[in-house]
Amino acid sequence: MTVHIPSPLRSYTGKKSTVEAEGSTLDDLLRALDQRYPGFRFRIVTEQEAIRQHIRIFVDGVQERDLSVTLRPDDQIHIICALSGG
Amino acid sequence: MQRPTKPTLTQTATGRVALLVGTRKGAFILRGDPTRRTWKLSAPMFLGHIIHHMVLDPRDRRTIVMAARTGHLGPTIFRSTDLGKTWKEARKPPAFPKVPDGQIGRVVDHVFWLTPCHANEANVWYAGTSPQGLFRSDDGGVTWEPFSSINDDPQYQAWMGTVQDGTPDGPKLHSILVDPRDRKHLYFAMSGGGVHESTDGGKTFEPLIEGLDTVEGFDPSVATFHDPHCVRLCATNPDRLYQQNHCGIYRLDRPSNEWVRIGKNMAQEIGDIGFPMVVHPRDADIAWVFPMDGTTVWPRVSPGGKPAAYVTKNAGRSWVRLDKGFPRANSWWTVKRQAMTSDSHEPVGLYLGTTSGEIWASRNGGTNWTCLVRNLPEIYSVETAEL
Repeated sequence: MTVHIPSPLRSYTGKKSTVEAEGSTLDDLLRALDQRYPGFRFRIVTEQEAIRQHIRIFVDGVQERDLSVTLRPDDQIHIICALSGG
Repeated sequence: MQRPTKPTLTQTATGRVALLVGTRKGAFILRGDPTRRTWKLSAPMFLGHIIHHMVLDPRDRRTIVMAARTGHLGPTIFRSTDLGKTWKEARKPPAFPKVPDGQIGRVVDHVFWLTPCHANEANVWYAGTSPQGLFRSDDGGVTWEPFSSINDDPQYQAWMGTVQDGTPDGPKLHSILVDPRDRKHLYFAMSGGGVHESTDGGKTFEPLIEGLDTVEGFDPSVATFHDPHCVRLCATNPDRLYQQNHCGIYRLDRPSNEWVRIGKNMAQEIGDIGFPMVVHPRDADIAWVFPMDGTTVWPRVSPGGKPAAYVTKNAGRSWVRLDKGFPRANSWWTVKRQAMTSDSHEPVGLYLGTTSGEIWASRNGGTNWTCLVRNLPEIYSVETAEL
């Protein structure tokens, strides 16, 4: 599936704005991305396994807060950085 | 309490000094020439990152550890082993343990304070976080683990309070101090939550708050009500500590447990409110503060718009105003707790950074001040790196 990477996280992906990755759940997907890009996951998911305050993740246009949500191979994942102040 | 060895005397430095500057919008290094007269500012590093602290490892004089986060992204640590030319992210930044489902666990918002450990413990670092947590790295900052019992101790969690009880930018653990004679003798401070001491290498800590005032008559025996802003230990006399507290300036001479409010000897119209505290690298009777207005709604800017540092040369019995070179009026400066420091030259160099983005320096212990840099982002921390 395609994961759209916001600019604050592109230092991890070698400046790529989209990457292809696999995972049966959102959690699996983010762990797979962290394997490939070490440190990536902790910047957007807390140690208590919650999506951070100013991060939003959309699966096919629907916002998801639950990391256990199941994914389909053709899903489009958007990671969005939102409203953190000036 | 017995101390096994004498402290290592701080040598007078003669080499180059660099200033490691953390700002709300990135990190900078300001490199001085050997005379400390001319300075060159680096390009911004991690532009847009919030850099709370950046510290050189004095044990190798090559490694720099930096506490960073951004507005969107969570906290992390960056490390450089070549004096800031290249950086790598920590493999495991400080994080609280995951709690079982159904419980509310704590989350590190940002790493606020970094302290390299004892001279004989290469690669060991301590970190203080917001909300209050104590962490340790044994590998030069690559991986970090919760340290000591205090992070999970119910009594300490009660003293730490909630996010609402802390400073506007979040409650913080800071001023992690290691006795140069004994690596097992540690101090730290919390805003809020008081000053604490360990003599068993961090296995246990006890409050060290006797003599400290509180606001509005709250019970001074309760650690929660204490807000130490910055605590410093004298390198050549580690039995002496100085503290800039929300409620004044204090000195503590061990083995006494009672802080003495030496800020009462400040000029009354100036008061003894502020954030930073700086101690002389070789003379435990000399310390500097940068007072701020603590009246009415607590503006926390230079009183009367006239910036000045104050020095004591007799352990706080009297204070002398140091303002030569600073603007004479209309300068409403705030200097945060990590944004004033000294070097080890003779005479001692002093450095401070303002929230309005200026760095000022004195090459003679604060007698004369010069502006080194203007127009930086809001300055959070200034640390000297003796190269």
